[in-house]
Amino acid sequence: MPVKRSEKTAMPERDSTVRSHDFVEVNEGYNLARAQFEAERCLRCQDPICIQGCPVCIPIPDFMHAIAAGDMPGAATILRSANPLPAICGRVCPQETQCEEQCYLGGRFDPVAIGYLERFVADYERDQPLGEAPARPSRTERVAVIGSGPAGLVCAGELARLGHPVTIFEGLHAPGGVLRYGIPEFRLPKEILDWEIDLLKRRGVEIVCNVIIGKTITLDELFDKMGFAAVFVGTGAGLPRFLGIPGENLNGVYSANEFLTRINLMHADRFPDADTPIMVGRRVAVIGAGNTAMDTVRTALRVGAEHAMIVYRRSENEMTARVEEHHHAIEERVEFKWLTNPIEVLGNDRGWVTGLKCVAMELGEPDDSGRARPVPIEGSEFVIPVDNVVLAIGNSPNPLLLKTTKGLESDQKGCLVVEEGGSQTSRRRVYAGGDAVTGAATVILAAGAGKSAAAAIYEDLSG
Amino acid sequence: MTRILEKRLLTPVTKLFRVETPLVAAAAKPGQFVIVRIREGGERIPLTIADYDREGGTITIVVQEVGVTTRYLGALEVGDDILDLVGPLGMPLEIPAEGHIVGIGGGFGAAALLCLMRELSARGNRTTIIIGARQQDLLILVDELTAVCRDLELCTDDGSLGLKGFVTERLQQLIDGDGPGRPDSVVAIGPMPMMRAVAETTRGAAIPTLVSLDPLMIDGTGMCGGCRVSVGGEVKFACVDGPFFDAHQVDFEEAVRRNKMYVEQEQQTACRGTALEVA
Repeated sequence: MPVKRSEKTAMPERDSTVRSHDFVEVNEGYNLARAQFEAERCLRCQDPICIQGCPVCIPIPDFMHAIAAGDMPGAATILRSANPLPAICGRVCPQETQCEEQCYLGGRFDPVAIGYLERFVADYERDQPLGEAPARPSRTERVAVIGSGPAGLVCAGELARLGHPVTIFEGLHAPGGVLRYGIPEFRLPKEILDWEIDLLKRRGVEIVCNVIIGKTITLDELFDKMGFAAVFVGTGAGLPRFLGIPGENLNGVYSANEFLTRINLMHADRFPDADTPIMVGRRVAVIGAGNTAMDTVRTALRVGAEHAMIVYRRSENEMTARVEEHHHAIEERVEFKWLTNPIEVLGNDRGWVTGLKCVAMELGEPDDSGRARPVPIEGSEFVIPVDNVVLAIGNSPNPLLLKTTKGLESDQKGCLVVEEGGSQTSRRRVYAGGDAVTGAATVILAAGAGKSAAAAIYEDLSG
Repeated sequence: MTRILEKRLLTPVTKLFRVETPLVAAAAKPGQFVIVRIREGGERIPLTIADYDREGGTITIVVQEVGVTTRYLGALEVGDDILDLVGPLGMPLEIPAEGHIVGIGGGFGAAALLCLMRELSARGNRTTIIIGARQQDLLILVDELTAVCRDLELCTDDGSLGLKGFVTERLQQLIDGDGPGRPDSVVAIGPMPMMRAVAETTRGAAIPTLVSLDPLMIDGTGMCGGCRVSVGGEVKFACVDGPFFDAHQVDFEEAVRRNKMYVEQEQQTACRGTALEVA
């Protein structure tokens, strides 16, 4: 029976003064006792609306029940049947706006810590594998997946489960997309990512790196020359936006993509043992307040910045980062400059960044996004002395495939157009999902899109 | 993994590799580049595709050993594999005006003119190549380049072969009507100061001129924006919008400064890159 406890079971975390200097994961994870203790809080509602809050529809009460009953293999089986990347989603999903927001307990008490439990079960499975039999393709139609980020990995995993031979084409030298180049080690250890990818490979998914569809091979060649029956486009949102303010090309200005890629993919934190350098000074300003901004500012601390700050033109209330990332950032002594809009990057005579000229903002009427519009306060310009400026103000879909593919429709923002509520693009047997369709969003939304696209492809190829 | 089938020493620090990469060879067009990574923990660096053989499934790349990664690559031998190679990247060359096209190669940039000038010659253009180096034995691929253009003009700083002087001096003579005569278009590939000098030489004469920029890159697909350059006041990503840009519009000063962003760090790795370490 459910046990009434108002508070979430605490997640053990590493000390903020220690962890802010290394890349070891911040959250240490539940042990079995904590997991069971927390799972007992689930009310097993008749109408479990938490499931509706989950983009991949994990049967949450069932896996809660299995944990509470101590049936970990059962819990792992339930979880994996719905989500091919549980160890990742358990770490990076914004549960507070998804499953946990729907949790019936959430009205008066803390919601059940569904995310922490998802992570626990996935990690348990990693220690004690389920011993699934390797999948043998039962169908002959081969499917190509473009991009090995969350959308592509999940789509490929689902297609393999449904019996299709699947090949993922990845442009970089290692698979994972944003999970590898974007999300830092202290939030998602690469070991976990490698394990999830290995599981997919064991299920029969083939991954080919260093091939860029649209450059190395065209989308048409995938069909005509290579004999694929269908294609899933999961190319993500990999085109960084800049502000267009003076000084953005000074030395020491990075896009968050470049800053994070240098460290996460190229290991610049281990320079000179690794060959890729990065220039991080004493004071680093990160512009933006989404998850990427939090990842960047906390990474800056870990590679030597003494002062790492978020500069955001709106206020704390409009910030889009996950609550936990914001909370961790505060603990790690990240500084926050709310209602501060950068208008120019200042540099010295050698072309290096020395400061960020900003204007103070106040909140006005709601804008198109429904959030209060920030309005500059006249005459309030001031300069923040900084050595680096990193722009984390969003990404647009990467246009590379679109540029070289005929008949693939996109909207004004460069997002691929798919049928309402589905994943079929303007081209036959070409499906798409994730950030390439929605613009920059979350890992789990991409995973959900990959999953439903796999079902649509399966059906299309069955017809 | 990409197998090295042929290696030639063009100068003590300039090496030519022919590597087996059928997909890249099939898709490559003149002016495009690849990105390579030589070892685990290694950098990703862009290298121009000097030549390609679609039937043989190979491409040719030429590297000058200037940093740790080019030295690691330079230490590889026939039969060794390049850990990662991806491409072809960037936009193929589109010549602004057909007719008499002068390709200018400085240092190892001369190699990049191979497939480029062959293609332009095949399209029916009258083609001239001007290459330059400090001295005779640093001029590379002279025989190969002779075969892909109508006139090959050589320049050396010390006068040991061809004209004594810079490539831009010979270019000026051509503009003034000497030899093969005034170009309709100029394409320059080489060190930044040389490309900048070419831009200044053709600016007054209003001859359409393209330069191939090689900023620092990581992914090569537009994802990081590290390779951004200012062209005519607009920010461009050299990896996807380039590598060719209108020489008269490029902000060379900014491009040079951005390319030197890591000089201090590069000194820390300067001692590395011997054959022993790669093994």
